Amino acid sequence: MNTSPRVALFVTCLVDLFRPSVGFAAVKLLEQAGCRVEVPEAQTCCGQPAFNSGDRATATEMARRAVALLEPYDHVVVPSGSCAGMLRVHYPELLGEDPEWAGRARAVAERCHELVSFLADVMKVEGVEAALEGRVTYHDSCSGLRELKIRHQPRRLLETVEGLELVEMDDSEVCCGFGGTFCVKYPEISTRMVDDKVAAIDRSGAATVLAGDLGCLMNMAGRLKRLGSAVEVRHVAEVLAGELDAPSIGESGSREA
Amino acid sequence: MQPTSHAFKQNAHEALENPVLQEALGGIRTGWQAARGRAAGALPEFEQLRDTGRDIKNHVLAHLDLYLEAFTAKVEEAGGKVHWARDAAEARTIVLELCREADARTVTKSKSMIAEEIGLNPWLEANDVKPVETDLGEYIIQLAGQPPSHLVGPAVHMTKDEVSDLFHKHHGGERLEEGGALVGEARRVLRQRYLEADVGITGANFLVAETGSIITVTNEGNAELTQGLPRTHICIASIEKIVPTMEDAFTLLRLLARSATGQEFSAYTTVMTGPKREEDLDGPREFHLVLLDNGRSKMVGSAFQEMLRCIRCGACMNHCPVYLAAGGHAYGWVYVGPMGSVLTPQFVGIEEAHPLPNASTFCGRCEEVCPVRIPLPKLMRHWREEQFNRQLNPPAARYGLALWGFVARRPRLYRLATGMAVGAMRLLGGRQGRMRRLPLAGGWTGTRDMPAPQGPTFMQAWKKRRGAGS
Ligand code: SF4
Repeated sequence: MNTSPRVALFVTCLVDLFRPSVGFAAVKLLEQAGCRVEVPEAQTCCGQPAFNSGDRATATEMARRAVALLEPYDHVVVPSGSCAGMLRVHYPELLGEDPEWAGRARAVAERCHELVSFLADVMKVEGVEAALEGRVTYHDSCSGLRELKIRHQPRRLLETVEGLELVEMDDSEVCCGFGGTFCVKYPEISTRMVDDKVAAIDRSGAATVLAGDLGCLMNMAGRLKRLGSAVEVRHVAEVLAGELDAPSIGESGSREA
Repeated sequence: MQPTSHAFKQNAHEALENPVLQEALGGIRTGWQAARGRAAGALPEFEQLRDTGRDIKNHVLAHLDLYLEAFTAKVEEAGGKVHWARDAAEARTIVLELCREADARTVTKSKSMIAEEIGLNPWLEANDVKPVETDLGEYIIQLAGQPPSHLVGPAVHMTKDEVSDLFHKHHGGERLEEGGALVGEARRVLRQRYLEADVGITGANFLVAETGSIITVTNEGNAELTQGLPRTHICIASIEKIVPTMEDAFTLLRLLARSATGQEFSAYTTVMTGPKREEDLDGPREFHLVLLDNGRSKMVGSAFQEMLRCIRCGACMNHCPVYLAAGGHAYGWVYVGPMGSVLTPQFVGIEEAHPLPNASTFCGRCEEVCPVRIPLPKLMRHWREEQFNRQLNPPAARYGLALWGFVARRPRLYRLATGMAVGAMRLLGGRQGRMRRLPLAGGWTGTRDMPAPQGPTFMQAWKKRRGAGS
């Protein structure tokens, strides 16, 4: 009998669309940790855009679909703090009044985890086989930090990456200004926020900035690249998995095309 | 105050372009924000204290009518008089009548957000009663003719340099530059006003049901002088300020000072019960308490009830990256920052205040520091739901969201759409790894490049890989 946990990877829209390498890095890390990984085919989006735009009905319906899709698995793992937070914290809220769904939503929520915290806290992974030479700084994405309390897990694992020197930037826990549709609804305020973040990254002297959420990463990379910065931007999973062939976010390379 | 909340975006634009304002706002980060962190860190039971604070407030809100009755009875027992005001207009009328009864020409005022909420100063002025603000910050903005931009530091948006100019213009004499000298000058001017005033008007931080006392905290002692020197003291307070016991009040005071300014306790905490008694050395002859509802009793039992726990400490705005960029005036009404984004729509209507609940990334820092654990992002989301249900969002946003929702609920269609989107973006310059411009995404690409998709979607690539593997 196979005792390794059966894990559903919830890919998230942005990884699916923009950066599949994060998904593959997640699969690699999960398999290394001894999980059987499946990617449920009928998954779409966790429903956050609807939820945060006030469209509760659509968000609730999407929550029901996702719960039904994900409940057969031992665990659900998400390479994003904000989408994991949606499943873990907000689904039970959305479906809490619905007698048929409340219990099911809670059961899935309890088994749903953000990738890095799952590796560290559930699978008890203590180190990784990966190498990256240079100074790296880590941005705490808001939902991961505040809804899921992810703070030490990525740092602990990063410290086991060969050659990697982890430096803290100022205000690593302050929002980068992404905020889903916020960044296009209030571009000036959003830009000011990401500029503060860019300044903190610069002061840290890091050559690479990492985070666990592609939304924040694209925002930081987008601004850094527009300003002509050479700082590389990557999802933490890519570094932990040692999957560094793909060019960093916003850079082109020879790998594809 | 005529709200300009609808123009939040434009207001914020002007704020971002104003280097003096930005300099002033920068001080909050190194000042109050850092101080709150130190104070919270220095008190091992701080998190527990927050739970207690939340529970005290929840308990009061569950039994508000009982505590209000008990409080009123105690105030009257002590010789004070309680006036109920349903809304802002009633409260203004009551205060004006009381001023007239006292034959008041000038009144001193200590800081009161309720006075701002009901627009008291312009009303008194229009009726020939001259209000003089005695809190330094309030005094400054009164001279400048501006509304407050912060709960605790109403003039936090101004630099010392601006205050120097302002004082020089209004007080004449030499232009003072040093902070201490400016404070000294304000004191000197105000001292005279305390003695001239016929009525003193204060707010209250807490109303204690057990004793009928009002509690005010300041760092300048001005509330004490405002309520103690004139013949008549009028306190205006909203109904949710009530707490059951003196002990509860002091629990909340410990939270308030630490959360607001990082102090263990504010410099002056004044507890006052009724007017002067025979044996008292000083105090007002008459004490009136105006209890304001202004929509609050309707919030009890609603989705917004938790907002009534607010103790007006300002921590949420001190930690809000949006507030720190845009400043308080951008919010366009009395209450600003995250707490204002929840409260302002209550008072001026969501039509007027529609941008406020949307001007948040839901980063959650406000909730993280709120001493009474108000889930501010959740409450802002409630307003977004209200907007959505009443179709107050711009049509383009509504249709876009509806289309997205339609597709996202149909996995096969979704696969098709994401595949096409990736293909299109790759065509638009994806080979450079990023795009400088993207149709319909000017909000993003105005200041940021858009990273290009790597290639086929993950789902496509995964299918291929697993297909080849098995
Ligand atoms: S909402 Fe909370 S943090 Fe903000 S002013 Fe009120 S009590 Fe303070």
